[in-house]
Amino acid sequence: MTVRSPAATRAATGLLRGYVRVGCVLAGYVFASLPAAAAPRTYDLPEPTAQLRPAPGHEAGLAAAEAHCQSCHAVDYIAMQPPGQGAAFWTSEVTKMRKVYHAPVDEADGKAIAEYLAAAY
Amino acid sequence: MTETDRRTLLRQAGAGLLAASGAALAPWAARAGESVTLPFGNGERPLVAYPGKRPLLQMTARPPQLETPFGVFDEGVITPNDAFFVRYHLADIPTTIDPEAFRLTVSGHVDGPVALSLAELKAMPGAEIVAVNQCSGNSRGFVAPRVAGGQLANGAMGNARWTGVPLKAVLDRAGVKAGAVQVVFEGLDGPVLPETPDFAKALGVDHARDGEVMLAWAMNGEDLPWLNGYPLRLVVPGFYGTYWVKHLNAITVTDKPYEGFWMRAAYRIPDNPCACVEPGQTPKATVPINRFAIRSFVTNLADGAAIPAGRTALRGIAFDGGSGIRAVAVSTDDGQSWTEASLGPDLGRYSFRPWTLSVDLPAGMHALRVRATGQDGATQPMESRWNPPGYMRNGVETVRVRAA
Repeated sequence: MTVRSPAATRAATGLLRGYVRVGCVLAGYVFASLPAAAAPRTYDLPEPTAQLRPAPGHEAGLAAAEAHCQSCHAVDYIAMQPPGQGAAFWTSEVTKMRKVYHAPVDEADGKAIAEYLAAAY
Repeated sequence: MTETDRRTLLRQAGAGLLAASGAALAPWAARAGESVTLPFGNGERPLVAYPGKRPLLQMTARPPQLETPFGVFDEGVITPNDAFFVRYHLADIPTTIDPEAFRLTVSGHVDGPVALSLAELKAMPGAEIVAVNQCSGNSRGFVAPRVAGGQLANGAMGNARWTGVPLKAVLDRAGVKAGAVQVVFEGLDGPVLPETPDFAKALGVDHARDGEVMLAWAMNGEDLPWLNGYPLRLVVPGFYGTYWVKHLNAITVTDKPYEGFWMRAAYRIPDNPCACVEPGQTPKATVPINRFAIRSFVTNLADGAAIPAGRTALRGIAFDGGSGIRAVAVSTDDGQSWTEASLGPDLGRYSFRPWTLSVDLPAGMHALRVRATGQDGATQPMESRWNPPGYMRNGVETVRVRAA
């Protein structure tokens, strides 16, 4: 699925404003008197490396988790949760992702993901 | 050396136990590629060095969430920028920012909206404060029974000297209209999915104009580290970190209470004096989390440390929500008797306050406990209380050591 990046949009808008402002300055002052234009700063975020664990008998749930859970967060989010919390805990977490954060996961996939997570974690 | 020995050493190095051994410590200082096992289930954390950061405990990689190794708090009362914890909610964090083009907008219930550059902000009369920032869920990994969320040990806190401009002065540039109720803050970071509630926080207009809440561009004399909110963040002294909005670029004054998800539904605590309920219960009424509960820590001895019997120098830190630390007491007998510690230099009522105490520890096991009392009379409960989100943990800490 295509996801728009609000941060990228906001940054682009900011850049545009910056160019407009520099343009106005150029129009009004002698070029040689300008300080060197500062470049945008960037940050290199390390890529996530965590992988979901297999759980025998929950291959469909694992596949659904791999397809959906990593859209918004790395799966170390899952692995750090307290161990052995069971079905109610993971059903609650998956429901929160679907209903509160609006993850595009249908009810059947949500159920499979919760059952997989309860078995694997 | 066995894996267990190596991990134990790493943990001790992380806790500052070996800090006095100088060069001998170096091979065991927290290094990228190593990992630390926090003392609760699923507590394995890789140590990862992000740009501008030393190796920190990586809780999650996306969004980046990094915990400070506890030994850092024994290095000094100010937490270095490269060791300061990192917490984000939503993974679309900015990776390109042009400081020349950056604008902070102030709009809403104001006489005239303004868009201020960093240069314009820096030209205003400045402000500086030393203040602790602490995650609402700091220490959640120790909550019993355990709860969902970021599983932190005690390292989601830090103390820095913040430089910036009072929020009041920035609000005055736009002119807050009569009838204003709250001020809402948003940053450059956002959700991956447009349907996910964007992160925004609100303060009451009187709090926002108290002259202490500030917009900071510098931390410990340098530009804010990227992951701590470059180029501008909100600093709300004494309040939990959820309010300290990073990459702050939009301020909106409202004439009615803000009802966004991160105020109305998230970051709520039980509406009672202990902010607690019986484990497993649901609070009847909640309010937005606000001021820090008072805390104190031993920083120079880790739980489980083996030390020489005899005279032992203890040191640590204490802080509260802004009344200031009145006293720190230490028990070497698991809370049966208490001795007052000496307080160190006072960097202000929102800062970590260092403390020291020399105690006799004969051969054997000792449960060391530390308890702070604020100028407002508040102190720490012997046992931590419980609430569903695992916020505001502040029970009296225990460090068990074996003297021989």
